[in-house]
Amino acid sequence: MKILVPCKRVPDPDQKLRLNAETVGIDPAALTYILNPFDAIAVEEALRIRETAHPDAEVIAVSIAPAEGEADLRTALAMGADRALLIEHNDPTDPWNVARLLAAVIEHEQPTLVLMGKQAVDDDANQTGQFLAAQLGWPQATFASQIEFIDDGIRVHRETDLGIEVIRTTLPAIVTADLRLNEPRYASLPSILRAKKKSIEQTTPAKLGVQLELRVRLIGMELINSQRHCEKVETASNLLAKLRETEVVG
Amino acid sequence: MEHDGTALRSGSGAALGFARALSEDITAFVLGVNLEAMADEAAKLAPALVADHPALSAPVADRWAHVIAKVARAQNAELIVATSTTWAKDIVSRAAGLLGGAMASDVIGHEMVDGELHLRRPMFAGAVNATIVLEGSPKIITVRPSAYDAPTAAATPFTIEAVATDAFDFGKLPNATQFESLDRKTGARPDVTEARIVVSGGRAFKNSEDFEQHVGGLADALGAATGSSRALVDAGITPNSLQVGQTGKIVAPELYLALGISGAVQHLAGMKNSRVIAAINQDSDAPIFEFADYGLVGDVYEEVPRLIAELNSGQ
Repeated sequence: MKILVPCKRVPDPDQKLRLNAETVGIDPAALTYILNPFDAIAVEEALRIRETAHPDAEVIAVSIAPAEGEADLRTALAMGADRALLIEHNDPTDPWNVARLLAAVIEHEQPTLVLMGKQAVDDDANQTGQFLAAQLGWPQATFASQIEFIDDGIRVHRETDLGIEVIRTTLPAIVTADLRLNEPRYASLPSILRAKKKSIEQTTPAKLGVQLELRVRLIGMELINSQRHCEKVETASNLLAKLRETEVVG
Repeated sequence: MEHDGTALRSGSGAALGFARALSEDITAFVLGVNLEAMADEAAKLAPALVADHPALSAPVADRWAHVIAKVARAQNAELIVATSTTWAKDIVSRAAGLLGGAMASDVIGHEMVDGELHLRRPMFAGAVNATIVLEGSPKIITVRPSAYDAPTAAATPFTIEAVATDAFDFGKLPNATQFESLDRKTGARPDVTEARIVVSGGRAFKNSEDFEQHVGGLADALGAATGSSRALVDAGITPNSLQVGQTGKIVAPELYLALGISGAVQHLAGMKNSRVIAAINQDSDAPIFEFADYGLVGDVYEEVPRLIAELNSGQ
């Protein structure tokens, strides 16, 4: 069984962002990047499936990024992925085109399961897995907090606003990982060193036969700073008095 | 329009509010089974179109997205709008994938500029607001419920129309996914995404009992919902359903009380649009104070019981 894990390279969320001079993007200077945390959860889940239910599983990490994106694929390799594929691409893209590129890879690789993060922590779109499932005509199980293999497919616990929903679906399928699916492992130093020596397969959108057609055009960005001024109070009683002034508290 | 099987979800009218701001020609589409009550509710806000069939008994993405996409095409819809929830993220995003992928999630503002629809949406956990234009048609948009008001209910209801069932073979909808169960959150307190007041607790609370006593106790004294930072969910102290933040619930109540929450970026993303924010934290430098209107530096284990006592004494 093959498990494909799309991996997005994202700016580390724990850093101060600056806009570029045109204010239509983030200033790339001095930015550090990481593997999208939800994708790391997806990699971890794929490895656990290989370690338990399906020892024959081959875990393939795929990233669409400039050449530097190899670093994030090496993170996936160091965690234990069997193969890594970089679709080298330097320009902006969007969930629709990411899904098209992934669909082209899937057509070639024929995985049984695609495991990916439910959202990337840079654009927070939460669309790519659903778009990919729609394009392929595959079933989807989004926001997974538990995956169990059953006779004719998988049973997935999903985190929804109304509570935990359980569905089952046939394979092949797209599953998107929520925060509580697992806690990703840290790669050991020897495995990091081994991952550095592994080769990363390379392709491009052109080689995959995909010409990007952007659906989302970015016009501008603004940094959001707090507009609030905090009035400090001395006691709980004073705080309550202030809250009553707002007429929210009776 | 999202519903829970008995009524429309309270935020679902926001999508109609957004649509109404752009067009007079809007339709409220409800799908599921036994929809009479929901159709009546929807028809108070806009002309309603209903797909009512046992094959739609549970909101399974492949089926429901198929129906939404098909109806959108049949109606020549230029815009498909839903309120941003896990339901919409799952199902409406898939429908967008069937309709060409021109989609914007979590829209909080819009503007027509030279005939182009500019959409504002947060990115990077809300550190940035981006303005984007969608290329292609139809455009699929989810809006934050706090950003748009539902249209006011009409005195005379609008029409209710059933989808032309000959357009569908309900027996031949996608069938790969089966719904098994939904473990509904139960509890006396209001839902965190729908409450006027949210009392939220963070790392300062050491176990579930303390959280319930202080955060739960204050919430009950205020008739509020409880929320939680990610740290407490990760520690197993609070359930997932309470998590407020970039990866949890996005809330914007009238009052957000942050108790022992430091104010990590991903938490702020989930609550910083609340109307009034008050914080209690032992650390006077905690980032939460930069996003609060009122701050009390102190130990939540001492200050919260004082608040509860004063509220319950009716002073």
